[in-house]
Amino acid sequence: MTKEHAISREQMARRVAQDVFPGAVVNLGIGMPELVGNYFAASDEIIVHTENGIVGSGPIVDGPRQDFDLINAGRKTVSLACGGHFVDHVDSFALVRGGHLDITILGAFQVSASGDLANWSTGAQANLPSPGGAMDLVVGARSVFVMMNLFGKDQQARLVQQCTLPLTGDRVVKRLYTDFAVFELSGTIPTVLDLAPGTSLDALSRRLGLALQPAPAGIGNYSC
Amino acid sequence: MINKICDSAIDAVSDISDGATVLVGGFSGAGVPETLIGALLEHGATDLTLVHNNAGNALLGVARLLAAGRVRKMICSFPRSWESDVFERLYKQGKVELECVPQGTLAERLRAGGSGLGGIFTPTGFGTDLAHGKETRMIGDRGYVFEPALTGDFSLIKARRADRWGNLQYRMTARNFGPAMCMAAKTTIVEVDDVVPLGMLDPESIVTSGVFVQSVVNLKKETK
Repeated sequence: MTKEHAISREQMARRVAQDVFPGAVVNLGIGMPELVGNYFAASDEIIVHTENGIVGSGPIVDGPRQDFDLINAGRKTVSLACGGHFVDHVDSFALVRGGHLDITILGAFQVSASGDLANWSTGAQANLPSPGGAMDLVVGARSVFVMMNLFGKDQQARLVQQCTLPLTGDRVVKRLYTDFAVFELSGTIPTVLDLAPGTSLDALSRRLGLALQPAPAGIGNYSC
Repeated sequence: MINKICDSAIDAVSDISDGATVLVGGFSGAGVPETLIGALLEHGATDLTLVHNNAGNALLGVARLLAAGRVRKMICSFPRSWESDVFERLYKQGKVELECVPQGTLAERLRAGGSGLGGIFTPTGFGTDLAHGKETRMIGDRGYVFEPALTGDFSLIKARRADRWGNLQYRMTARNFGPAMCMAAKTTIVEVDDVVPLGMLDPESIVTSGVFVQSVVNLKKETK
């Protein structure tokens, strides 16, 4: 475990996409989660929701076809999928909170072993606390997936026993996809679903300072 | 004969007084009423409370009013945005107040305000720092936070097309907060790319009823 990232952002995105079922209504958060949409098969007709008002967003568009009235929540210019349409902010968040969103895929600063999520504030007032739609997404979506690097730039673990940063939601994260492993967070001890080549459960557990357990069906090979 | 078409943007904003609460449509650039913001800047009203998803980007949108020292308080969901330097500087200097509201809560508080409701109970933010000091209630087995309705003295909105009754159509994701903010202000002022004769908008495709609109500024006739 000397490599900085055992799994690339693109590999992580491809792995997350495998867990999104055909016909699902999915919200992709700003940053790394946006990549997941690149690995959806068109025939699966996965409906990408953007909280600023698209139901059925297509891929990111650059160049002469870009239109700054057709953007996702991260202000990237996108296209509209066939069947895609626009809703206002009230309807967009009714879709989120009302239980009509199957999966939200978010980034995070910290996630706890029991699924608490911290992703809106670093705690420092000067860093402009900015919840955006994250708090609505975590209470509303049927499943919350998080994608993040397992260790910060300072090498501090970001999967922790207890979050030290202000929470976005408590016990909300179902799956955590990282650059070393994929975790299921359904109890108090994270379950490892997939491990990157060259990584062992014990070594990961030691580096995180956390108890981990293997998936009952065995740990999968996280290589994509 | 009803005619809400205003001669100029500066006429349209002339009743906005010092200390007013102004709802400003737009999300990360899309749907930001730049002409009306320019007119408000020229008009000179100050000590404003602005309600807007972001807190301005670069020297665009509400950042123009912030930079000119016209804003006492921002109510928004995502102040930390691309090139949000103007707000950041004023906030760190203690020159502007911030009320941070989750995005879906912001939309729903406006909807409540425009619909004659006193407020809403939302699961969003329950148990987080943003619920601190607020009334909470258990409904069934779930916790909810009371959020008061939000209204404005004025709203400034960008739409694609209007008729003289003020009926509106928007353009793609520029719709965002428009419908909710039109309802939530005592006086709604809308800038549009085009005005068409009454009866020419498809009745099935009118997104905001003209009942919620008081003034329309036709950008085609607006001399810069």
